[in-house]
Amino acid sequence: MLLSNLRTIWLTFLHLFRKAVTIEYPEEKEKLPARWRGRIVLTRDPDGQERCVACYLCAVACPVDCISLQATQDETGRRYPEFFRINFSRCIFCGFCEEACPTYAIQLTPEYEMSEYVRQNMVYEKEHLLINGPGKYHDYNFYRVSGLAIGGKAKGEAMNEDPPVDLRSLLP
Amino acid sequence: MSPLLQTIIITVVVLLVLMTIAANLIWVERRMLALWQDRLGPNRVGPLGLVQVVADMVKIFFKEDWIPKFADRPVFFIAPTIVIITVLMSFAVIPFAPGISVVNLNVGLLFFLAMSSLGVYSVVLGGWSSNNKYSLLGSLRAAAQMISYEVFMGLSLMGVVILAGSFNLNDIVEAQGRITWFFIPQILGFFVFFLAGIAETHRLPFDLPEAESELISGFHSEYSGMKFGMFFVGEYLGITLISSMIVTLFFGGWLGPSFLPPVVWFLLKMAVFILIFVLLRAALPRPRYDQLMSYGWKFLLPLSLLNLVVTGLVVLLLK
Repeated sequence: MLLSNLRTIWLTFLHLFRKAVTIEYPEEKEKLPARWRGRIVLTRDPDGQERCVACYLCAVACPVDCISLQATQDETGRRYPEFFRINFSRCIFCGFCEEACPTYAIQLTPEYEMSEYVRQNMVYEKEHLLINGPGKYHDYNFYRVSGLAIGGKAKGEAMNEDPPVDLRSLLP
Repeated sequence: MSPLLQTIIITVVVLLVLMTIAANLIWVERRMLALWQDRLGPNRVGPLGLVQVVADMVKIFFKEDWIPKFADRPVFFIAPTIVIITVLMSFAVIPFAPGISVVNLNVGLLFFLAMSSLGVYSVVLGGWSSNNKYSLLGSLRAAAQMISYEVFMGLSLMGVVILAGSFNLNDIVEAQGRITWFFIPQILGFFVFFLAGIAETHRLPFDLPEAESELISGFHSEYSGMKFGMFFVGEYLGITLISSMIVTLFFGGWLGPSFLPPVVWFLLKMAVFILIFVLLRAALPRPRYDQLMSYGWKFLLPLSLLNLVVTGLVVLLLK
């Protein structure tokens, strides 16, 4: 028993010469994986327009109800959120909104330094959330793969879409 | 310089040095524990985190000093002071260098033992006056542990007394200069005294009176602010005391090669033993209470008796 205790003491002593595992945070930061669930952003499609189509699926999926938004349309029929608000003091960064999103608009990023002194500042509006890039999916453009006709894209012009058939025509 | 003035100066200097050491042990312990656990420890406040001590002190002085309504107020107040007083009293007899000790008492060793026994009162009264069952359990454990380890703490030192022929700590150190450092002939005595010293300061691995996981830190559960701080300073002073006693009794006190002054040798040796105390805390788990008691009474007590008998026999035969 005594020998095992002495061996423990010796082995603990040897740890003096090991490198500490501590990461001294503000100076050095850990490299986070790309899929880290941190700050939530709204992305744009490659054309530079908002990806979000205001379908409310993220707000429905959110277990803490921290997302609120209001859908609206522009004159060409393109849906977008009138406002989009995430209360980060409630958000648990579960990533369900990202999984629910049908257009890759809402995405979680590896940024985590979001502390604030005033609780109201934790509520992010659309101008805080919207970024100028496509996020993790560079080439995806929802309105280019969907059949919906919007401004600048008529029926049948989407990817892998045939021009619409005129049902009343007799020609083959 | 009159002898009275000299005594006063020595007393004040010893007091200041001891308080500085005890306060800085907070930093030493946190840094060393961290290094032994592959961490860094407090390194932000000042160079190497040395000013952490000041930060801790400021914090603990400004904390609310809360006294529970159900506590026995006068006793609750007195308990933390007892540990500091008794430990500081013990330091009075320790010779830090030739001529540098507060008193040159001819029963210095007995005085040390008496004072460290009195230290039990602090823990017992603190636990009792808190009027809290966990505190009481902790202080009961402390009383039983410290009194039983006190027995062979004294017995283990008798070998040293036989070899040196004196209870005076100055004479004991000088005898080590003549014969040899006493940890060689008294290796068993050193071993028993060291373990008893750990139990006496209730440090890990023998910190059963304050076992955090079972007794929510035992006898000082109800203490806060600087009263809690005094228990802590008392504990660190206790470590310093046991380390300096080990150095004085077994490792030749101030003796050492002459390229360094005697006080430095004393402090260096003391620092080594303080670090061993911290290392033990980093390395060993806490035993069960019955294991602690049976280990003491069934193993250490016979060992110290054996050491005493054999030392006496050898000294008689060599005469």
